[in-house]
Amino acid sequence: MSVTGKIWALHLGVLVMLAVAQAVLPAYHANNLARIMVLAVFAMGYNIAFGYTGLLSLGHALFFGFGMYGMGLAVWQVEWTFFPAVVLGLLAGGASAAAVGMLALRTAGVSFMIVTLMFAQAGYLTVLYFNQYTGGDQGFAVEAFARQVFGYDLAQDTPRAVAAFVLFAVALVLNLVLVRSRFGRVMAAMRENEERSRMLGYDVFHVKLRVMVISGLYAGAAGAAFGVLFGYVGANFATVQYSILPMLYVLMGGAGVVLGPLLGAVVMFYLIDIASGLTSAHLLVVGVALVVLVLFAPRGLLGMVRERWLPWLP
Amino acid sequence: MAAVILQASGLSRAFGGLQAVDGVDFELQAGEIHALIGPNGAGKTTFVSLLSGRIKPDAGVIRLGGSDITALPAHARVRAGIAYTFQITSIYPRLSVFDNVALAVRGGDLAASVMAALRRVGLAERADQVAGNLSYGHQRLLEVAMGLALSPRVLILDEPTQGLAAGEIAGFVALIRSLVPQTTVLLIEHNMEVVMGLADRITVLNFGRVLARGTTAEIRANPAVQAAYLGGDDAVA
Repeated sequence: MSVTGKIWALHLGVLVMLAVAQAVLPAYHANNLARIMVLAVFAMGYNIAFGYTGLLSLGHALFFGFGMYGMGLAVWQVEWTFFPAVVLGLLAGGASAAAVGMLALRTAGVSFMIVTLMFAQAGYLTVLYFNQYTGGDQGFAVEAFARQVFGYDLAQDTPRAVAAFVLFAVALVLNLVLVRSRFGRVMAAMRENEERSRMLGYDVFHVKLRVMVISGLYAGAAGAAFGVLFGYVGANFATVQYSILPMLYVLMGGAGVVLGPLLGAVVMFYLIDIASGLTSAHLLVVGVALVVLVLFAPRGLLGMVRERWLPWLP
Repeated sequence: MAAVILQASGLSRAFGGLQAVDGVDFELQAGEIHALIGPNGAGKTTFVSLLSGRIKPDAGVIRLGGSDITALPAHARVRAGIAYTFQITSIYPRLSVFDNVALAVRGGDLAASVMAALRRVGLAERADQVAGNLSYGHQRLLEVAMGLALSPRVLILDEPTQGLAAGEIAGFVALIRSLVPQTTVLLIEHNMEVVMGLADRITVLNFGRVLARGTTAEIRANPAVQAAYLGGDDAVA
């Protein structure tokens, strides 16, 4: 089989496995899987910026939050229905990333991390400050009328699982197409050697800005979907924790691997789930897992797989 | 007389108190190989960095084919036709040789253009290798292939033979000679054998100023150059 054939067979195979898992798993785990897939979309967006292009952002909670509040406020304040509200969330994620990128991309490295972190904190505090419009730290529920799609109620398990799967499948295929395109190669060039790329005629700022917007669209879509699928919009989703989360997923699963965010999300989600059943110090388990990861698989699980066995993994 | 393709007038750049390039006038004629020589610290790399746009001049004007490009940022100058290969090898070590060159190609048949550039430098059969695993000499050749794949009007080579073995240098010289007259080459070089063998004309920089310019024979015979740079008649022999 050609490399292209192998790549598509693997990724479509993973999608089939996810669909089957959704159908046969008990309700508790099927519900977890829906959450994992939405969060994996968020992490895929993070991976496009960090794993492929080398942009280490600490502010992706802002784009996730813009997606979630863009959707949620459209429903709450102006009673938009599902599709326009979710599309607004998606666009809000992209637009916020463009605005932050315009300023933050004037810096690089540690400064870029700090500037993005600062913007995300400002966004979080803004949500709290305008609590009469945003619900503040209490948040608000997404009303039932906005959770109806083609006559199905997203509050029920099966429609929610299908919606989460559709979002994930579209995001995964687009991610794969993106990184295998000519632009995908340019993204890697930015990560590997920025000065060389400039001297091959690439406008470094412009390329990075486009990547930020794509990454923000992913985060916005995931934020909007998370709100509408699980019925709640709250300020805790805009905290720094939600900037760190996608980074952990990506590092765990493998930075610069399309399937890395999914695997990382599954592993981290269940690590926390199982550990919190055993001890109240579950974050300790997460910490130990990360130390082990850094020691034995610094490129993440799939990064290690690519290094040793599957060099063609995109 | 051939047309002037790249022209600098009154080009200056200081770093703090050091006047690295001081009012340099310079003309590159289409289709020539022009060598830029001078002692260490003479301002050669700064000067070509000004031409390629990697650093901005304090004063002066740069024209490419008659149009003023002084205000253009580096990436736009590359697109306008000025390619620059780094003094210290600068490739994408973790990408394949093919991908390295593919990043330089614009439009057209990607694979064909990449392989044509690689064949030209003799790296075609290594296209699938990871670039960082190539020998040093091959990495230099890869960088030249990236420059060629840009199809530049002017190719600036900053000490291309530095660190190459003697056998590799001969191949390199033949390669550079095969580029003209389709491409104009501006060469910074310390190896006098290479300079004298390749260059049509030479410009000598010293303390940021043009000390002399002319054909190889004129430069060899110039007593000021010998005093400042060649260190008497033994270095040229």
